[in-house]
Amino acid sequence: MRTKTTGHAPDLSRRRFMLTTAAAGGGLALGLNLPFGPAATRAQASVGTTPEVNAWVVIQPDDVVIVRVARSEMGQGTMTGLAQLVAEELECKWSNVRAEMVTPGQNLARKRVWGDMATGGSRGIRGSEDYVRRGGAAARIMLLQAAADEWKVPVGELAVSDGVIRHAASNRSTTYGKVAAAAAKLTPPDPKTIKLKDPKSWKIAGKPVKRLDTAPKLNGSKVYAIDLKLPGMLNAAVKQCEVFGGKLVSFDEAKISNMPGVRRAVKVDDATVAVLADTWWHAKKALDALPIKWDEGESANVTSAQIAEHLKTGLTSNDAFADTSVGDVQKALAAAPKKVEAVYSTPFLSHATMEPMNCTAKVSADRAEAWVPTQNGEQALAALSEISGIPLAQCEVYKMDPGGGFGRRVTIPDYVRMATSIAKQMPGIPIKMIWSREEDQTHCFYRPISQCRLQGGIDENGNLTALQIRVSGQSINAFSNPGAIKAGKDQRQLQGLWKEPGDAQFGYSVPNLSIEYAMRNTHVPVGPWRGVNTNQNAVYIECFLDECAKAAGKDPLEFRRALMKSHPKHLGVLNAVAQAAGWGKPLPNGVYRGIAQHMGYASYSAAVAEVSVSSKGEVKIHRLVVATDSGHYVNPNQIAAQVDGAVAMGLSAAFHNEITIDKGRVVETNYDKYPVLRLREMPKVESVLAPTYDFWGGVGEPTICVISPAVMNAIFAATGKPVHSLPMKNMKLV
Amino acid sequence: MARLNINGKTVDVNAEPDTPLLWVIREQVGLTGTKYGCGIAQCGACSVHINGNVVRSCGMPLSSVSATDRIVTIEGLSPTSSHPVQKAWAELDVPQCGYCQSGQIMAAASLLGKTANPTDAQIDEAMTNICRCGTYQRIRAAVHLAAGNKSAATSIEEQFQIKA
Repeated sequence: MRTKTTGHAPDLSRRRFMLTTAAAGGGLALGLNLPFGPAATRAQASVGTTPEVNAWVVIQPDDVVIVRVARSEMGQGTMTGLAQLVAEELECKWSNVRAEMVTPGQNLARKRVWGDMATGGSRGIRGSEDYVRRGGAAARIMLLQAAADEWKVPVGELAVSDGVIRHAASNRSTTYGKVAAAAAKLTPPDPKTIKLKDPKSWKIAGKPVKRLDTAPKLNGSKVYAIDLKLPGMLNAAVKQCEVFGGKLVSFDEAKISNMPGVRRAVKVDDATVAVLADTWWHAKKALDALPIKWDEGESANVTSAQIAEHLKTGLTSNDAFADTSVGDVQKALAAAPKKVEAVYSTPFLSHATMEPMNCTAKVSADRAEAWVPTQNGEQALAALSEISGIPLAQCEVYKMDPGGGFGRRVTIPDYVRMATSIAKQMPGIPIKMIWSREEDQTHCFYRPISQCRLQGGIDENGNLTALQIRVSGQSINAFSNPGAIKAGKDQRQLQGLWKEPGDAQFGYSVPNLSIEYAMRNTHVPVGPWRGVNTNQNAVYIECFLDECAKAAGKDPLEFRRALMKSHPKHLGVLNAVAQAAGWGKPLPNGVYRGIAQHMGYASYSAAVAEVSVSSKGEVKIHRLVVATDSGHYVNPNQIAAQVDGAVAMGLSAAFHNEITIDKGRVVETNYDKYPVLRLREMPKVESVLAPTYDFWGGVGEPTICVISPAVMNAIFAATGKPVHSLPMKNMKLV
Repeated sequence: MARLNINGKTVDVNAEPDTPLLWVIREQVGLTGTKYGCGIAQCGACSVHINGNVVRSCGMPLSSVSATDRIVTIEGLSPTSSHPVQKAWAELDVPQCGYCQSGQIMAAASLLGKTANPTDAQIDEAMTNICRCGTYQRIRAAVHLAAGNKSAATSIEEQFQIKA
């Protein structure tokens, strides 16, 4: 286990950057000519000339193990987690492990030997654990065989640990580094014949090892895409029409051509203009001074109030799609002695990654390259090829670790297209395009806005006998993936309320249950935002259940438990959080608890919040206990970090954040109007792992959805007044 | 032309007087550890030290800095990444994406330069930079650790519990 981070920890992304920089500038092409192509089945190792053992593993003569990673690393720790899984099966020494990102072009050239590179939906680990473990195990088998061949002994007589191979009978030993070259020449075993370790016996995976990528983040040496410097590079600042759907009519380049450093103003696409200059600051200043004419189009007068009215029609309309329909809800509601009804709403939200959208591209007659902070390298490669017109095989994308992703950089490569379009107009010149914060905030793919009407019927014994959930709001699929909507049924917006087990199942059994979605689209672009639709839907169901519990005169935990007998895993994590938080035990005067659970990304999450609310309505969160069952777990240190992140982002959304629309455009243009949670507001977080070791669930996204409802329910307990609308800055809580 | 003292070295830069110090540091001097986040002194990603005080360089025009002002960026905090704040950040695995951490580290180093053993309230007051990944709990623990306040510095093992 790695016990300390040294100043010499690997920074392979930087190394790759240096190689490719050289290639771009002087034709050295070191980085680009690594023999990854199918003709050369053995790739060159990163340092020196060591051949790979297989696609996942390179072992240098000095026993340094380079693990190849295909998924993106934007802070969520996947790179370290995947390296742990490979190292576990490889049986190497963890302190010798380095990680290296592969490129989309290499993956394409090798018939996608590294599988899917997209990093979204909390699939980085769960979507690749099986084949990366098999990759590590296959390398181990080959290394042992190479030693056995050298010593002319049966491989079954060898033992290995920490990368040292021993033959007890002859008292001989060697290391992986010494046999790697011979191993590389062997025929790999059939992956299907490999028996993987029982996760309960893991020594490297499952342990809270430190991240492999920390050191360069502490001294300014890590190169993010925004930091790139390429020879001859120009910087681009861009402006898109502020109204979504509007068009660029014209711009007056002559008015800025004498400004310092300015080279060109160019049309990027139908709605975007760019200014190119020697520095980004010069480009930005000139862009601000550039006279631009826009056709703002039909949405130029849309307001948030109009959007809210539009959504409201979906709460009672006849055009909804019923995803779940059990019993007879209307009849049961009518017959129920107690009825509860509420309408909730949640706003559009932007991701507000700390590193704004940016991309560097270089397009020549027969080659296109892009340096992209992306969650989806292969999609970026496709966009580069599409916009440049250069065939895929002559394109390459160098993935730069993004300064935050949260779903912004996974679905639509808008910023890659823009940089490529600019670079195509400036052949041979690398173009670094950076969006200002204002551009980033006003041209996001926002978390979709929605409202929800819920009705509950409660019998004489305080049991929930009927529940109707009607979600009305914008559809992500309608915006970016209409093919996923079958016969008008867009199930995705009901994520977390699904009847099917496995990914985001509704955790309650109610004898009369109706769960419906009415699509109400707007002109605002929408997309996945950490946790996607579980965020809104968890608020709706979990807060409403507390309203029902109160009406029934029941404790919120007991009220839930009565509905969860057929959902043991949902119940298990709920019980784990209740126990860890000491649910039911006395609290200091004025402090109240709230609880919530939800499922998403195949994992189960639950939270208990302890809050107090002052007479002025100021909320203090004293403690948050958060439990997660992700089935297996790879790094508890990183899971705890992801839970912290879910709390911070969840509380930002709960209290502060909304994207509103006026005159068809976004009002909250920077962090002053979109205040992200700061340190002084961060509560104490206790992270509880409650693994059941029988499935692989995600980690990055599942937790965030339970943070808001747990806090909202604690506020409800404190004030007696349910919170129906987010963010809470707009609410009078007392 | 303006003369600056950055990380103990004298640097002549060619930029208009209204150019924010952030962009002078990044694009003229070529030190990119100092980050652009908002451009309006809200997020603190651009934090540097000037004469020991932490400042948000995106809101500071070049004309307001003189040749005698001692500017220190993340690259100049320690030649060997061994400032107590950097060591504490490493010990507690603080960064996630890492983009804001240069600024966080500079803010913490400035705090500890003035207040050797800060309370939680003093940390709240001084550490106002945004981290969108939400590393705040570890930042707080790492500031305590850098100050030598081990009882307040939650270790990695104390960040979670496993209930199988």
